[in-house]
Amino acid sequence: MIWQLDFLILFFAIICALAAINIKDLLSAVIILGAFSFFMCLLWAEMGAVDVAFTEASVAAAVSTILFVGAVIKTTRRSRD
Amino acid sequence: MLTQIYKNLIVQTVCRIIIPFIQIYALYVIAHGHYSPGGGFQGGVILAAALALIFLAYGQDAAVRRLNRHQAVILCAIGVFIYAGIGLLCLLAGGNFLDYSRLAPILGVTIPRARSLGILGVEIGVGLAVMSAMYSIIIDVAGKSTIAAPRDFVQLPKTKRDNVGPAA
Repeated sequence: MIWQLDFLILFFAIICALAAINIKDLLSAVIILGAFSFFMCLLWAEMGAVDVAFTEASVAAAVSTILFVGAVIKTTRRSRD
Repeated sequence: MLTQIYKNLIVQTVCRIIIPFIQIYALYVIAHGHYSPGGGFQGGVILAAALALIFLAYGQDAAVRRLNRHQAVILCAIGVFIYAGIGLLCLLAGGNFLDYSRLAPILGVTIPRARSLGILGVEIGVGLAVMSAMYSIIIDVAGKSTIAAPRDFVQLPKTKRDNVGPAA
């Protein structure tokens, strides 16, 4: 566990989370959410929770991204608020 | 569009090469779930991701030809049955639910070996159930709808909001 690396990955994860909230294009928000999940996966793996990191990589970064892309295509791509 | 076949030679060739390796890796994750990171859930999700890759690269018809909705539901039930069956077998042998040490006389092996084999069977059941459930969720969310959408028979008045973005 290296705390500098922890803070660096956490910084990138927070940037991705803020970008995913604020962006208007929902497809871009889905892709940025996938990047957020990837940074969280790196953070879990770096802190020693390899099983949680594995689940995060397979579920959050892969399957939920596909489901969100499907939902965006079924509805609309532009946020209205 | 997820429902259209997106004919691209590079995408389809890369998917055809990479899908067997994804499935082998998923089987590795399931089979080594009891003494390394991973297990039934993660392996099942990776198997479902391989099926979703077929869905994305070759279209819904090619994916449904390999595993249709009814087969997916039946596989899900078989996975739950394997899990519950191993637990009930332990219960019938006189132990608690999922107490694998009671399987040792049935399998004819030592108690630690019986625990390892029992949890392997549970991982296989969980992997089957998770794979088919994830696959049917992906088909239902991203695929062509088999029932008519409400939009088809209720004509909503067209407003200015409908022209905002490049909708589906």
